[in-house]
Amino acid sequence: MLIRNLCNIALASIVLTLSGCKGGVLDPKGQIGYDEKNLIIIATVLMLLVVIPVIVMTLYFAWKYRDSRTHEIYAPKWAHSTKIEAVVWAVPILIVLVLGVITWESTHRLDPYKPLEGKGEHITVEVVSLNWKWLFIYPEQGIATVNELVFPANVPVEFKITSESTMNSFFIPQLGSQIYSMAGMQTKLHLIADEPGTFKGISANYSGAGFSGMKFNAIATPTQANFDDWVSNIKAQGNTLTKDGYYELAEPTENHPVTYYGNVEDDLFHTILMKFMVHMSGKNDISEMKGMEHKMGEHKDHSGHSDHSAHSSHTQGEE
Amino acid sequence: MSFLGKITMDAIPLHDPILVVTMIGIAIGGLVLLGLITKYKKWGILWRDWITSVDHKRLGIMYIILALIMLFRGFSDAILMRSQLALATNGSPGYLPPEHYDQIFTAHGVIMIIFMAMPFMVGLMNIILPLQIGARDVAFPFLNNLSFWLTASGAILMNISLVFGEFAKTGWVAYPPLSELTFSPGVGVDYYIWALQISGLGTLLTSVNFLVTVFKMRAPGMTLMKMPIFTWTCTWANILIAASFPILTAVLAMLTLDRYMDFHFFTNDLGGNSMMYINLFWAWGHPEVYILVLPAFGIFSEIISTFTGKRLFGYKSMIYASGAISILGFIVWLHHFFTMGSSANVNAFFGVMTMIIAVPTGVKLFNWLFTIYRGRLRITVPVLWTLGFMVTFTIGGMTGVLLAIPGADYVLHNSLFLIAHFHNTIIGGAVFGYLAGFAFWFPKAMGFKLNEKWGKVSFWCWIVGFFVAFMPLYVLGFLGMTRRLNHTNTPEWNFWLYLAAVGAIIIMFGIIAQVIQLYVSFRDREALDDKTGDPWNGHTLEWASTSPPQAYNFAVIPHVDDIDAWTDMKEKGQAYVTKESYSPIHMPKNTSAGVLMGATLTIFCFAMVWHIWWLAGAGLIGAIAVFIKRCYCNDVDYYVQPDEILETEKAFNLSGREGVKA
Repeated sequence: MLIRNLCNIALASIVLTLSGCKGGVLDPKGQIGYDEKNLIIIATVLMLLVVIPVIVMTLYFAWKYRDSRTHEIYAPKWAHSTKIEAVVWAVPILIVLVLGVITWESTHRLDPYKPLEGKGEHITVEVVSLNWKWLFIYPEQGIATVNELVFPANVPVEFKITSESTMNSFFIPQLGSQIYSMAGMQTKLHLIADEPGTFKGISANYSGAGFSGMKFNAIATPTQANFDDWVSNIKAQGNTLTKDGYYELAEPTENHPVTYYGNVEDDLFHTILMKFMVHMSGKNDISEMKGMEHKMGEHKDHSGHSDHSAHSSHTQGEE
Repeated sequence: MSFLGKITMDAIPLHDPILVVTMIGIAIGGLVLLGLITKYKKWGILWRDWITSVDHKRLGIMYIILALIMLFRGFSDAILMRSQLALATNGSPGYLPPEHYDQIFTAHGVIMIIFMAMPFMVGLMNIILPLQIGARDVAFPFLNNLSFWLTASGAILMNISLVFGEFAKTGWVAYPPLSELTFSPGVGVDYYIWALQISGLGTLLTSVNFLVTVFKMRAPGMTLMKMPIFTWTCTWANILIAASFPILTAVLAMLTLDRYMDFHFFTNDLGGNSMMYINLFWAWGHPEVYILVLPAFGIFSEIISTFTGKRLFGYKSMIYASGAISILGFIVWLHHFFTMGSSANVNAFFGVMTMIIAVPTGVKLFNWLFTIYRGRLRITVPVLWTLGFMVTFTIGGMTGVLLAIPGADYVLHNSLFLIAHFHNTIIGGAVFGYLAGFAFWFPKAMGFKLNEKWGKVSFWCWIVGFFVAFMPLYVLGFLGMTRRLNHTNTPEWNFWLYLAAVGAIIIMFGIIAQVIQLYVSFRDREALDDKTGDPWNGHTLEWASTSPPQAYNFAVIPHVDDIDAWTDMKEKGQAYVTKESYSPIHMPKNTSAGVLMGATLTIFCFAMVWHIWWLAGAGLIGAIAVFIKRCYCNDVDYYVQPDEILETEKAFNLSGREGVKA
């Protein structure tokens, strides 16, 4: 029966590789996703070098040394062998050593914050998770969308991610890495689609009742021109996303329809990001907040200046 | 604030037919149980010999009964979830709306970890550990009783939430800001907090109790490096509990302050930071999984060496490996959130640390293999669980290392791959271990063996069901399905979701087979009787006592010269020897203080959940009053008389010697 279980596993893994052809993380459509798929395969193969012998030995030893086989050697007091001990410590250590090197290297290479190299200029999309929908702001184009993300294929995309309220995880399985969205904080993610297509996007962190409906389509257009057309189409529709409009949008809704905004109030993403800071300083207007930041900057300048003067007075003293 | 706090009639979920049926079922079942106890006049026995007992073996049995009851509840939740996901495909909403479904997956996680696995583990440790080290009881018997009732209080609170109000809808980790008042205004998270808090206190007290027991009460001659391996792994687990549970207590206390007193530890606004909660939670949560699995490793070690009729291979290696796992278990918590935006250096460090744990774990697997090597393996039910574990857990370990690679975790995090992985290690590791230990030590605790046939049926249902239920989840993880979804609309997933539901049903047959096994074994208890106290030809001291052991465990504390102390005694002819006379044995008396403190603290927690401040005050003062009264109580002990001991010993040693001859 144990052998039957093994067959189950083998069967499952075969079917697994086959089913990888239909979307999901084993069917990547972008560089990051490809690299991560390869990483998974290499690591799995390496580990199978120990896992398969252990499973086979378990079943073989259990069969060979069962009590009805009285002709086998029986050594009830044998409980130590330095040689075997050395081997059983060495084998896992070696494999973990190799895996450790792969981990260190791949973690740095696949760092979600690191811009993709050698792929040209990236475009930026600001992502806000709301209860329970995704808002995408395109700061360079001045437009915004809800529950639909469009970008050109073969162009790296930089995502700046935050949340209006609860924590979510921004994830397009076929393109690779995910990252959490957290209120009052900005996380970053760099992805690319190597071919045009429509990919599923989800929230991969449970955030309440409407969580299952937090889905969007990530559409990679064949060319930059297609993307530009799409942008101008949306611009032509008008429909401005103001701060008030945003707060209305932020009210909890489920399965929110795709929505386009041809205009977005300046610095909306920054406003969302800083809204808790505003509250904290007792100011209720973001413009005052920005003024404050500016002052802080000036203050820094002042201190630099005073350092400088102290330094000069010191030299004067020496003279 | 009103007299009844936040309680209104709406608190009772009469609108949900599933819950109404459950409530009626519980009510009928409860009434039948109470009726039977009354009819057979068992209330006195129940109170005197069990509820107020300070005997570690009886407390252990009560822990395991609690664990089995909660297993039924947690498993019912699992069946509800799997059937919901099998029905709610292709855009259908299924039959469980998020309002109810989100409570179910939260309750399933909390119940299975805190109220099923923990009591099961603590129960086995209670029954066996003092026996293995040749002690008469634990260091603090009353504290042991109190620990049990605190755990039971938490479980009772969990079950009250089923009929009164709601349970948390946050997932079992209760991450803020979702678990803050803003997003979870109901009483669900409060039930979560207080149930975990009170049972966590019980667990912490247990660990202190057993650490003292192990360090101060070992039989003469038993040095630390002669301690049975199960005792060793429990000791490592207890060290982990003592070091990690205070973190849980603190983080829940901070969440409590946030929710009750408008503090801002983890809120979005006023400088709160939810990342702090997530870090602290897993600084407890990761050691917690080793707390669950290390004693299971000890159980497998005992079973393999007993049923191969051999010494355990690499005893010292096993101890060092367990120690390494315990220490490393504390420096890997960040792997639960590689996707929170830490730098590559931080992620890589925690990834590599996590993988290093695979080394001592791998060593353990090899050591079990070489224990079987050149042995005479009797394929009994405990051995089947052990072999099943070795195959299953190896796969779970492999997927765990895969998840420890940040680059792989970036796409597998929170997916059903993760769900498959931790069920693979917790069921295939911890639960199989407890069920193995249950079959192995059942005759010791109850005095008769379990029926083998139904045990095997149960094992095969469990293992086949496990693979059918969880291998599809690995596939679904690769297909991009994330956890905690209420319904799906992706046709490629359907087949795997149906298959997983079938697997859950096969596991259900395994659980039913276990119930039948208990019934059949109880019915045939005369035939399955264990008179020798040593039905498996065991190695360690628990087999030197009667089955079930006397309250005082050993008439004379044995002197230990070997790791396999009982085998050594048997070989030297020191087993089953009756002495001329015995000294009186000093024993602790039973006390009702534990159950009364448990009851008053349950009232306190319930009142805190519902903001009934006067009742909370009354409950807390009540608990303190009971405790103070107990502190000034001098009537706490008695002596077992030599005549009584002599009589018992004569009968036992006679049947023991006969058993050995046969």
